[in-house]
Amino acid sequence: KIFINNEWHDSVSGKKFAVFNPATEEKICEVEEGDKVDVDKAVKAARKAFELGSTWRTMDASERGRLLNKLADLVERDRLILATMETIDGGKLFSTAYLMDLGACIKTLRYCAGWADKIHGRTVPMDGNFFTFTRHEPIGVCGQIIPWNFPLVMFIWKIAPALCCGNTVVVKPAEQTPLSALYMGSLIKEAGFPPGVVNIVPGFGPTAGAAISHHMDIDKVAFTGSTEVGKLIKEAAGKSNLKRVTLELGGKSPNIIFADADLDAAVEFAHIGLFYHQGQCCIAGSRIFVEEPIYDEFVRRSIERAKKYTLGDPLMPGVQQGPQIDKEQFKKILELIESGKKEGAKLECGGGPWGDKGYFIQPTVFSDVTDDMRIAKEEIFGPVQQIMKFKTIDEVIKRANNTTYGLAAAVFTKDIDKALTFAAALQAGTVWVNCYSALSAQCPFGGFKMSGNGREM
Amino acid sequence: QIFINNDWHESTSGKKFPTYNPSTLEKICDIEEGDKPDVDNAVEAAKAAFQRGSPWRQMDAPSRGRLLHKLADLLERDRVTLATLETMDTGKPFLQAYFIDLEGCIKTLRYYAGWADKIQGRTIPVDENFVCFTRHEPMGVCGAITPWNFPLLMLVWKMAPALCCGNTLVIKPAEQTPLTSLYIGSLIKEVGFPPGVVNIVPGYGPTAGAAISTHDSIDKIAFTGSTEVGKLIKEAASKSNLKRVTLELGGKNPCIVCADADLDLAVECAHQGVFFNQGQCCTAASRVFVEEQIYPEFVKRSVEFAKKRLVGDPFDARTEQGPQIDQKQFDKILELIESGKKEGAKLECGGLAIEDRGLFIKPTVFSEVTDNMRIAKEEIFGPVQPIMKFKSIEEVIRRANSTEYGLTAAVFTKNLDRALTLASALQSGTVWINCYNALYAQAPFGGFKMSGNGRELGEYALAEYTEVKTVTIKLSQKS
Repeated sequence: KIFINNEWHDSVSGKKFAVFNPATEEKICEVEEGDKVDVDKAVKAARKAFELGSTWRTMDASERGRLLNKLADLVERDRLILATMETIDGGKLFSTAYLMDLGACIKTLRYCAGWADKIHGRTVPMDGNFFTFTRHEPIGVCGQIIPWNFPLVMFIWKIAPALCCGNTVVVKPAEQTPLSALYMGSLIKEAGFPPGVVNIVPGFGPTAGAAISHHMDIDKVAFTGSTEVGKLIKEAAGKSNLKRVTLELGGKSPNIIFADADLDAAVEFAHIGLFYHQGQCCIAGSRIFVEEPIYDEFVRRSIERAKKYTLGDPLMPGVQQGPQIDKEQFKKILELIESGKKEGAKLECGGGPWGDKGYFIQPTVFSDVTDDMRIAKEEIFGPVQQIMKFKTIDEVIKRANNTTYGLAAAVFTKDIDKALTFAAALQAGTVWVNCYSALSAQCPFGGFKMSGNGREM
Repeated sequence: QIFINNDWHESTSGKKFPTYNPSTLEKICDIEEGDKPDVDNAVEAAKAAFQRGSPWRQMDAPSRGRLLHKLADLLERDRVTLATLETMDTGKPFLQAYFIDLEGCIKTLRYYAGWADKIQGRTIPVDENFVCFTRHEPMGVCGAITPWNFPLLMLVWKMAPALCCGNTLVIKPAEQTPLTSLYIGSLIKEVGFPPGVVNIVPGYGPTAGAAISTHDSIDKIAFTGSTEVGKLIKEAASKSNLKRVTLELGGKNPCIVCADADLDLAVECAHQGVFFNQGQCCTAASRVFVEEQIYPEFVKRSVEFAKKRLVGDPFDARTEQGPQIDQKQFDKILELIESGKKEGAKLECGGLAIEDRGLFIKPTVFSEVTDNMRIAKEEIFGPVQPIMKFKSIEEVIRRANSTEYGLTAAVFTKNLDRALTLASALQSGTVWINCYNALYAQAPFGGFKMSGNGRELGEYALAEYTEVKTVTIKLSQKS
């Protein structure tokens, strides 16, 4: 149901939409479908909760921090339920959901809880006989549109800093994966957040999502998702009321392996860096550049690693790869795999669907990939690994940066000079050295160029 | 002419446009008119100057700072020339251009010169055995579109932090006032900035301006101007390449005078606050709220001030108010004045143009203004002061905040509690207490709501001109 003012509502239109389990293609349940009218109700509630003199506005900063910590406690208490929900709704491996996703949620909540009473302004030594200081005030009502690849983690990445700074929020979870966000509604009420501070309106992008990005009474919109939709959101913000915009978008992140790297570590990190969560990560290391001398050995070991996979129902232990999220993604990935074959890349393993039910795709590895192939340029968001060859440092810097994306990058080498040269030269919001996907609540995360605007965490 | 790679160029199209002196209505000269191909050339130059390994990228940070200091020195050397050009091009009184505009430019350059080698990232204590730090890198090629009300000052507000952080620039000055921006091109070359670091393309909004906001190789755009155009710019940024956007837009700024204020101070500040620069300020105090008890006296003294205001030739040392910038603005202001009369405000003085004097308008004061009148809602950008009455603090907070603008606000009171309550409650990027237009390089400036996105000046501007990169390095053991 729709969560507004700490209460559960039916949609104004009466419409509902279905939520599916991507491993079995069966319907899990139906969810009230929010549209513009429901978003308006939510914004009214959020605006009221933000009024001067409201409970939320007059609450001590430290108390806001305590509420976030209590919420973290409740997420810990219900960790099993939430992990199960993420698995059934998102096709995520259960062990991953329980250990990684839920772990990150709890840590992020506690990290932001600690910041709540440390939002400092400054005193400024201005010319003339003036006393000048700055206040860092909450922006107001924040619209937040969440993706389906890490539903709960992305939900927390948005509400934690927003609430920490004293804002109120209207959240629209992805239509494929609304369940964990809605469950959080009940925990938010239980933790004791005042009504209207957090409102959750499930629905579709072109209806509920657009209502948020165009809304004249929303002061800021934060979106994680595709670059294509990110552009529409920023455009809508400009057309409506110049609301502030933060975007976390796609990537085609380069992973650069030098001959002097620890080869086992590089193969393992490159593998996980791409195949994690069925390849459905904005930071997927989907262009692997390997220095010529070790290319063949690297490809060989990567294939071995990819072949070791067991696909199946993500709730079952022993399964290493789950399904893709829905039919649309499933078809798009297969189409890109076909383009790889057609354009002349060498298919080393995988290359097609798996099983007779659910959206499963075999782990796929392409070698001899060149920069002009579609699989080297477009974001695949699936279990497809591209391995390319390079000769020199200057060449690989140019090739790595030759994309409109700029979310993440990695370099594997033991040489300090190479490592720090790349850290400076790569046009990416995060650069990993001798590792991949190392993310925690403490590090800022965001994109250069068209991978986004602004930073989270 | 157009300034690209430290050289002067003609426009690709061969077209030129004239620039006029608003006080004599005479043409000053013709300027090469830049359009998309010229912007493309400028962007190419700026991109090349930003390449890894270029002189600008390799330059030590303190050297960048020294170049900014040297530029400030040259502005000081040519201060009379620049102030004269500014006065001829904009109609602002010469003494104001010399003492206020040029002063602001020089101080802002020196302020950011000092920041150049202090753009610091952080080290971050992450979980497990990693070393994590952030770099605050320059964004790249920055487009800057500047307005006609403070042409040189608004340019320096963008140029100084952009260059301080290591970016390169493509600038489009307002078509009404390109002269001082072009002059600064020659100073930039003289100081020794590498070619391509600063490029200046004069032209019009819908052509050159739009070419900048939609350009796929420009990483960031900063715009000062009307809210209407600001929205188009943000939209164009999204449609093209998601370039980062900073906007400084309009305002309908409340000036709240409480009964316990120092009345003389309040009257004078409110007066200067709205009439300064012919009313052509985004910070104009265009809604004066006066507590009931002192209302008649405040209006009386404000009218006295307005009647005394000397309007005339900007080069005459006695002149306090020059002409409006052009016919379009002139017509718009008179139209709003008429609306004030029609909608029932009481015209206390002024209210018309000065006969046979081109673009000059008499300082105008309206009293008995109510919140629903156009002069209380729309930005006038002219010498018109609407004065309203209020009873209680809660009421005036609500009325002051009920606008989509939120640039500045001012409060006049001796009461500490009232001053700080209002400072917290007003939805404005800047709140002045017992003063007006106190603006200096150290203090951040920008709008809440539709008065803008982001901040200029102060340390906060640095965030608008840097991109954060997080670097995480795995170690074999935790330290």
